Amino acid sequence: MSLGNLDELYREIVLDHYRTPRNRGELPVPPAIRVEGFNPLCGDEIAIYVDVRDGVLSDIRLSGHGCSISQASSSLMSVAVKGHTLAEVRATIERFKVMMTVGESDADATASVADLRTMGELAALQGVAQFPVRIKCATLAWNTLTQALDEAAASA
Amino acid sequence: MSSFNPRRVRADVPLLGRVINGRPITYLDSASSTVPPRAVIEAMDRYYSLRHANVHRGVYQTANEATDVYEGARADVARFIAAPGGADEIVFTKNTTESFNLIARSWGAANLRAGDVVLVTEMEHHANIVPWFQLRDTTGIEVRFIPVGDDFRLDLSEIDRLLDGVRLLSLTLVSNVLGTRNPVTDLAARAHERGALVAVDAAQAVAHDVTDVTELGADFLCFSAHKMLGPTGLGVLWARRELLEAMPPFLGGGGMIADVRRDGFTPADGPAKFEAGTPPIAEAAGLRAAIRYLESLGLPDVAAYEHGLTERALARLEDELAGRVRVIGPATALDRGGVLSLDVEGVHPHDVAQVLDQFGVCVRPGHHCAKPLMRRFGLAATARASFGPYSVDEDVDVLVEALQHAVAMFS
Ligand SMILES: Cc1ncc(COP(=O)(O)O)c(C=O)c1O
Repeated sequence: MSLGNLDELYREIVLDHYRTPRNRGELPVPPAIRVEGFNPLCGDEIAIYVDVRDGVLSDIRLSGHGCSISQASSSLMSVAVKGHTLAEVRATIERFKVMMTVGESDADATASVADLRTMGELAALQGVAQFPVRIKCATLAWNTLTQALDEAAASA
Repeated sequence: MSSFNPRRVRADVPLLGRVINGRPITYLDSASSTVPPRAVIEAMDRYYSLRHANVHRGVYQTANEATDVYEGARADVARFIAAPGGADEIVFTKNTTESFNLIARSWGAANLRAGDVVLVTEMEHHANIVPWFQLRDTTGIEVRFIPVGDDFRLDLSEIDRLLDGVRLLSLTLVSNVLGTRNPVTDLAARAHERGALVAVDAAQAVAHDVTDVTELGADFLCFSAHKMLGPTGLGVLWARRELLEAMPPFLGGGGMIADVRRDGFTPADGPAKFEAGTPPIAEAAGLRAAIRYLESLGLPDVAAYEHGLTERALARLEDELAGRVRVIGPATALDRGGVLSLDVEGVHPHDVAQVLDQFGVCVRPGHHCAKPLMRRFGLAATARASFGPYSVDEDVDVLVEALQHAVAMFS
């Protein structure tokens, strides 16, 4: 049988990051900041540790549990943002969120197709946007990271 | 040999004719909600097409007919659960959840004081936990739990101590997560010896076997129409007549009063006291049809059939997916309903359900509104497959095929 769009959801890169998550673990708090995120609908839980030095997200670690989409998304995110300036990180978060809304309008779709080329491995999560109930799984880590950046900015 | 034939039931349920992702639907989510036969849909259709009017106090013909439909449903429910006091013991609510809230807010608030104990079990649905916590927060009662053992059954080793000071034992007949059928009759007898009352959550039981409130030793019984082939939006609270008579009203408004003056009101007698506002009349017509449909199937035959189906499903999961799929519930069909909570090694329940959907298989991932139970077994969620009278061995075939695919995909 054809598992058509299921393959779109579970791309090989996604499964790889689920099976072998990157940047798992913890960082000493302080200097790191720790923020937790929950998805009460499916019980996904995440804790993000970030070190911010001189305007750069110098290190990130993740712990928690959840479905393949939430785990892969957080792992891919950690690779995409580590070592980047806070401005770059926020821009990546924005681009990711746009990718998750693709399909809502053609204009959005065109815009994010252009963006996809700049998103590297993160583009593997594009298929999630076709599964509305799973979008929350994919965005959990990103919303939690936003919160961590806000806390870092407030305590700076 | 019984005359019960699940294939005839399948043919009666329009939704089971659907094709999902190119495959015939494999509906395995009856513990969440059953899918209705045409007789139920048509009864509601007929009601709206020919009889719709508000109930009670109508003089014209259709209003009388609507009242007959609604009150007739009450009489059918009373027969269905063998209520000794008849239709006057049947209160219509929105669902099982509202039935438990009614018990807590009306009987509980009027009768329980600080220090009184409500004894529930660790396998309860939140519907039979949260209303008691809410009452605890306003009156200071104690909410106590009968633990669940590693065999997924109630651990009754300390039951005598647990029953100390108990005013109400409130427990489920069949667990919506484990499938475990609890020894309610025995426990009710013990609770009564201590002078406690007994409330039974029959949501997962009424569509799968005969329910007799006297045999159970219940004082209250709660269930939902949508889990017994009926419509959403309608639930039942049965309580012994003396209890209902002594209980204060729940919600206030039209329909629940005998008189209203500028200085106060007098509540209505009978079940109407608890039924404020225009009730779900079409849903009552649907429930009535569902009850007659279940009675025509013969619930003892349905119970025997689902028992065999569950036994075969447990054996197949063990034979074909041992080591990869663990059933969170009793390993044999003895004292067990057709609810199979699955823990698939290395695959999150949401991913299991997603892969299964691609095969047209409907199972439910999540905590199933039983978080204390999930915590007890260190699980955030399970993927739950559950049977109804239309479930057949082919459903289990597709389930096993899809599970094997999920396991392969994520390993
Ligand atoms: C055992 C049990 N109790 C209570 C409920 C709540 O039923 P409802 O959502 O119809 O109020 C359910 C259904 O999920 C259940 O399985």
